[in-house]
Amino acid sequence: MESLYLLIPLSVLAVFGIGWLLWQAVDGGQFDDLDTPGQAILMDDDRPPKANSSGDPPAV
Amino acid sequence: MQTANTYNYKVVRQFAVMTVIWGIVGMLVGVIIAAQLIWPDLTAGIPWLSYGRLRPLHTNAVIFAFGGSALFATSYYVVQRTCQVRLLSDGLAAFTFWGWQLVIVLAAVTLPLGITSGKEYAELEWPIDILITLVWVSYAIVFFGTIAKRKTPHIYVANWFYGAFILTVAILHLVNSAAMPASFWKSYSAYAGVQDAMIQWWYGHNAVGFFLTAGFLGIMYYFVPKQADRPVYSYRLSVVHFWALIFTYMWAGPHHLHYTALPDWTQSLGMLFSLILLAPSWGGMINGIMTLSGAWHKLRDDPILKFLIVSLSFYGMSTFEGPMMSIKTVNALSHYTDWTIGHVHSGALGWVAFISIGSIYYLLPRLFGREQMHSVKAISLHFWIATLGVVLYIAAMWIAGVMQGLMWRAINADGTLTYTFVESVKATYPYYMIRLLGGVLFFSGMLIMLWNMLKTIGAGKAYDAPIPELDVHGSSNAPAVQGA
Repeated sequence: MESLYLLIPLSVLAVFGIGWLLWQAVDGGQFDDLDTPGQAILMDDDRPPKANSSGDPPAV
Repeated sequence: MQTANTYNYKVVRQFAVMTVIWGIVGMLVGVIIAAQLIWPDLTAGIPWLSYGRLRPLHTNAVIFAFGGSALFATSYYVVQRTCQVRLLSDGLAAFTFWGWQLVIVLAAVTLPLGITSGKEYAELEWPIDILITLVWVSYAIVFFGTIAKRKTPHIYVANWFYGAFILTVAILHLVNSAAMPASFWKSYSAYAGVQDAMIQWWYGHNAVGFFLTAGFLGIMYYFVPKQADRPVYSYRLSVVHFWALIFTYMWAGPHHLHYTALPDWTQSLGMLFSLILLAPSWGGMINGIMTLSGAWHKLRDDPILKFLIVSLSFYGMSTFEGPMMSIKTVNALSHYTDWTIGHVHSGALGWVAFISIGSIYYLLPRLFGREQMHSVKAISLHFWIATLGVVLYIAAMWIAGVMQGLMWRAINADGTLTYTFVESVKATYPYYMIRLLGGVLFFSGMLIMLWNMLKTIGAGKAYDAPIPELDVHGSSNAPAVQGA
């Protein structure tokens, strides 16, 4: 099964890569606050401004 | 147009509109091949329209054209809104749009002509594979470049899912598409025999895991909370969901090769990893659905939310069914039967298409300066027609599949087979009819969506939202990062 000689090292590398990334993210403080990020996307109002009578949104 | 302080909605608009168009094309081809299974002479023996050539066209169109466009559209929207910056490069983003459309058109031309590398879900020949690589590298540069220049310290969880999807698909494509060209439109895989099969299904199942799961989970983690106007049930669980899923996904592929020439231990490894996957999958499903906890009434009159939440229940169903089917004794019954087709469509129609449709309905008014879609009633109608279609489709395929499996293994007292193969085909016809009906219903729903989209665009005007001055997102957690 020669193809496993490619796929298994690739997976092992991937696991170490993912582990390193997780470590970096934890160290970088990405997961220090796990309460506000969920709320934050709701504070970003992405609704377009109410259309005027002609149906066009105001120019930006 | 002031590009400096607006988001790049243009590329989102382009991909969002094409999601609907390619959805219709891909599902129409699906309806045609479903009908061909009942009436094999439907296309009058024209080779370009034969089942063997249209089937890969169907899978490529729905996965990469419809699903791919939905992923491009939503990821570009989510990464901009959650990072509060414009995309890294408008030019590269435009290249990903036109490049991806060219890939799709080339697929639609070459596959009916019979130009194929013969690898499932990776049929496109090497010149197109190179174009895919160029588009994908540009996509990665635009996406990760936008994250790198973000104004918010925290990277929202949806972006992690999109990022994993982009990176993994790049690796999968490079490994599986390695081939030696013999001419411009013909190449031979770098691997042979069971080696090729192993590489192919390592690719095939990880494409399910990262293209059709991780990417769409990115959609789920942004659009479900936004449409419900509630934060995700547990942000902590969403982070655990992400890391658990990507740590454990990579080795499910061998379950596609049970009882083949693949070494037995590799098959068992594939089964084991498939079973493990149930845990993160259900964690994510529960997290998404429970986002509505305390606000279930919103489901009553919001058809977009119906699409999003029902998609999660299909996600839960197919991620339970998948591990179960990967168990070797179950697989001995289910493999090569229509049960597999039912399972795939429970995921593809119920999960992937529903969450895409819901997110596109969310996006269209925002991209065209409207308060909501032209007709909310039409969204509701679309929802019910599509749901009925999926249920008919998968129920028919479940029954047909189990029936086929039982007929194939039935043995008389003297050791001979009870049924000939053709008897099992004949017994399947009624279920093929029900499946076709389900497919036609699902396809009709997409036509309603097209009408609704055209009406919404007609009454609106391309709108590019300004980037808010204030850092709404990360102000509260900024100090934590500076201190780290």
